[in-house]
Amino acid sequence: MDYVASLVLQIGSSVATLVLISLGLAIIFGMMRIINLAHGEFLMLGGYCTVTAYNAGMNIWIAIFVVAPLVVGIFGMIIERFIIQYLYGRIIDTMLATWGLSLALIGIVTVVFGNTTSGVSAPLGSLAIGDYRTGVYSILLIPVAIALVGGGWLLLRYTRAGLIARGTMQNAAMATSLGIESRRVYAVTFGIGAAVSGLAGAMLAPLTGVVPTIGAAYVAKAFITVISGGAAILTGTVVASGLLGTLNTLVTYATTPVIGSVALLSAAVLLLRVLPQGITGHVFRRNL
Amino acid sequence: MTSRRSFLKASALGLAASAGPFFNRGTYASESIKVAGIHDASGGLDFYGKQMIAALDLAVAETNAAGGLLGKPVELIAYDAQSNLQLTTQYATQAATRDQADVVVGGMSSASREAIRPILRRHNVLYMYNTYYEGGVCDRNMFATGSTPGQSMRRLIPYVMNKWNAKSVYILAADYNFGQTMTKWFTKYTTENGGDVLGTEFFPLDVTNFGPTINKIQSAKPDMVLLVLVGGPHMSFYRQWAAAGMHEQIPMASGDLDHEIEILSPEEGNGIHVAYSYLDGLKNEKNKAFKKAMRDNYGIGLVTEMGAHTYTGFNLWADAVRKAGTVDRMAVIETLEDNASFDGPAGLITVDPATHHCIADIYIGQSMNGVYEQLEVFPQQAPIDTAAVCDLTQDPRETRQFVVEVK
Repeated sequence: MDYVASLVLQIGSSVATLVLISLGLAIIFGMMRIINLAHGEFLMLGGYCTVTAYNAGMNIWIAIFVVAPLVVGIFGMIIERFIIQYLYGRIIDTMLATWGLSLALIGIVTVVFGNTTSGVSAPLGSLAIGDYRTGVYSILLIPVAIALVGGGWLLLRYTRAGLIARGTMQNAAMATSLGIESRRVYAVTFGIGAAVSGLAGAMLAPLTGVVPTIGAAYVAKAFITVISGGAAILTGTVVASGLLGTLNTLVTYATTPVIGSVALLSAAVLLLRVLPQGITGHVFRRNL
Repeated sequence: MTSRRSFLKASALGLAASAGPFFNRGTYASESIKVAGIHDASGGLDFYGKQMIAALDLAVAETNAAGGLLGKPVELIAYDAQSNLQLTTQYATQAATRDQADVVVGGMSSASREAIRPILRRHNVLYMYNTYYEGGVCDRNMFATGSTPGQSMRRLIPYVMNKWNAKSVYILAADYNFGQTMTKWFTKYTTENGGDVLGTEFFPLDVTNFGPTINKIQSAKPDMVLLVLVGGPHMSFYRQWAAAGMHEQIPMASGDLDHEIEILSPEEGNGIHVAYSYLDGLKNEKNKAFKKAMRDNYGIGLVTEMGAHTYTGFNLWADAVRKAGTVDRMAVIETLEDNASFDGPAGLITVDPATHHCIADIYIGQSMNGVYEQLEVFPQQAPIDTAAVCDLTQDPRETRQFVVEVK
């Protein structure tokens, strides 16, 4: 019983991790068709914001939930203004530009912070379930992921801003002709995507530590999740994360971490072979 | 930038070097004695590199302050290999041909050592390697000052099993050569001392989620955990282990915990046991002076075995040069083989002529608030693992790295 409970929690936090690292990418890719290869570095920046703010004496929760998303969000909007906005509709060029951005960010952060791991301890202590103990902080990932997805859904479904965003996403030309300034919608969307990535990076920093190259550990998983998820950004991300995260954790439990990673990748390949449009290209098609 | 003139000069030197017997280095080279250091000051291994570079610089500076070697100043040529094997190879060649170095010090990982070793052997330049590694290199042109598992793990495992009354262990290791080899030694010494290995897990170097593993350890309930984790992502383990409240529950010992303790908080890093032939916290006077010089002159706080033995390696060589009265390679090798020793920060280090490895004191230590404090010392441990496969007194022409059979 304890075993099952701790297994379920483990699956939950592993799914939540996938949701967190993928959501920012899903927003930017799903809504704007921008393949942001610097996504991993947005996560990394979020981590560094938290570590720096915390070391400067700030409360850890403010460092995670306010500083990181704010700084990375603003940074994202600046990047959109100076680089991305000239490249809409040119997928290859945006890939090249964001890849360059990713290399530059790794370089700059290495110069500033050094090529060594830094981090903060996970707050909140631990929780005992029978013989098993888990960090409370890693469980906290679950409600945060739920809140982000839920908030995103409410925003898109029930607010005017969400309506405008969905309209622009469906047909930018039509939205513009109806008087929507799509440039601003894009800038804000990119900023929100970056802010969500920053928050995710900040949430993970106490669990993994940060190092300038940490983005590489996340970016592949994020892309796999988003592509497997398909067109509906929220539903797709959640369903794909649930599927891949559960599989990865179960296989890791049963065998080794190596086989666990292999299982995740194989499942993604298989999924895209059977459902080339991603999961939400076939089921849940009408969802957000 | 390389100007055309310096390029021509370099090529001319290169030609001269390859001209072999007609070219007498002794008569040509000799305003100064040249020492080349090849370490990584940048890239993934930079932390280790920085302290090695500082230690070599310190050793050379001290020698020069005391009047140099054979009446000549020692010139240090320091290369930054940037954690890049191609550059390592290139600089080794440069050191041997263009610089005409009398000795090359460095090479950090086993991969970089195996890149440098054949080049220096071909050019007949003596090589000092100062990292702790898996053991087994058998090459008369190289001296290894670092400890090997047959020295350190042979003492660590029984010590911690006894101290913690541990009968069962769980092993976590990085999934590459060093991790695999260390796991074999862990298993060997655990079973030899009457313990059981309940589980072994290998992790690719980019794994950051250790949750499932921690749960598996909790259900296996081992008396202790043995670690060989490597690099930034793997540091997540210590954080997640402590966050799950396991740090007080199950004690841990590590085969390669190094500078990580400077970054981990005391709740995450304290109390992990290690064994090396040097510990930062050794109380002898020479170590105090060495540590002070490293901190004051180079800003290096925590020094680990690689840094300390870079200092050992240079001094062993310098003493041999003084004794031999020449920098000639064979004369220095023979002097070193005559049980040369150096009594420095790490205690007495003596060259073992059969393996070209060192007989050293092995210290058991534990991490405590960012330093390693000594708990126990096993004096003068011979490199029995390399000795099992290598005898250079019998076969001086051997050059291979043997895989030490762990039974």
